[in-house]
Amino acid sequence: MELKTKVNAEDGMQDLTITREFDLPLELVFKAFTEPELIEQWMGTKVLKFEGKKFGGWQFETSDPKGNVVFKADGVIHEFTPNKRITRTFEMAGVPFGVQLEVSEFEALTDATSRLNMHVIFESGAQRDEQLKLPFKQGINWAHNRLEEIVSKLK
Amino acid sequence: MNLRRDVFQAIADPTRRAILLLVASQTLTAGAIAANFDTARPTVSKHLQILTECELLTQQQTGREIHYHINAKKMKEVADFIEPFRQMWDDRFNKLESIMKNYKPKK
Repeated sequence: MELKTKVNAEDGMQDLTITREFDLPLELVFKAFTEPELIEQWMGTKVLKFEGKKFGGWQFETSDPKGNVVFKADGVIHEFTPNKRITRTFEMAGVPFGVQLEVSEFEALTDATSRLNMHVIFESGAQRDEQLKLPFKQGINWAHNRLEEIVSKLK
Repeated sequence: MNLRRDVFQAIADPTRRAILLLVASQTLTAGAIAANFDTARPTVSKHLQILTECELLTQQQTGREIHYHINAKKMKEVADFIEPFRQMWDDRFNKLESIMKNYKPKK
């Protein structure tokens, strides 16, 4: 089966691309990327600030059910061309991955389908690889936590 | 209880990791696999079922016996650290797609 979301990260490089084809018109995909209440829904994070314009800034924050902040990221917007392109910086707080440059390009394939191409450039290849491994580590932790929860209910 | 059948779930359990190691070197029946563990046979069967659902193992019926093989292709995906990152974005984008399909613009 053809994968809908593709990630390409070549060995020894300091960038990666994320490509996705959506079963949605271009305008709706762009809207999902630029309206705070929509971003909150699909990214699962709180949007503290999102200024969709050149020189604008953005700030996301995620808390666990106990209220502890578990994820914080922010950056500035360099280009904001509706239904076409967003260029922004991305920096996660509390992790040594440096700052990234993200270029997201949106294009219509048909009236009802569209494609997103994200190009993410890191300061170094090592920082890129550390960032890539993050969901893997989290995934294992989540699986462990889930098992712990289940086991504690059995007791 | 509805657990997601994903590879993380599969490899997070020590017994399942041990099963994968066993089957990696040879094709085995459920009985032969269970013989390696102190765990009750139905528990081992449950682990085999999960590993099969995650596509880390494939079953082959030979007469009355079911043999288990390792699915090298899927194992490579797990080893490949890009895959969890890809899945994370895939989950997010699937969510985006379903939200926007139901999206009604506000007046």
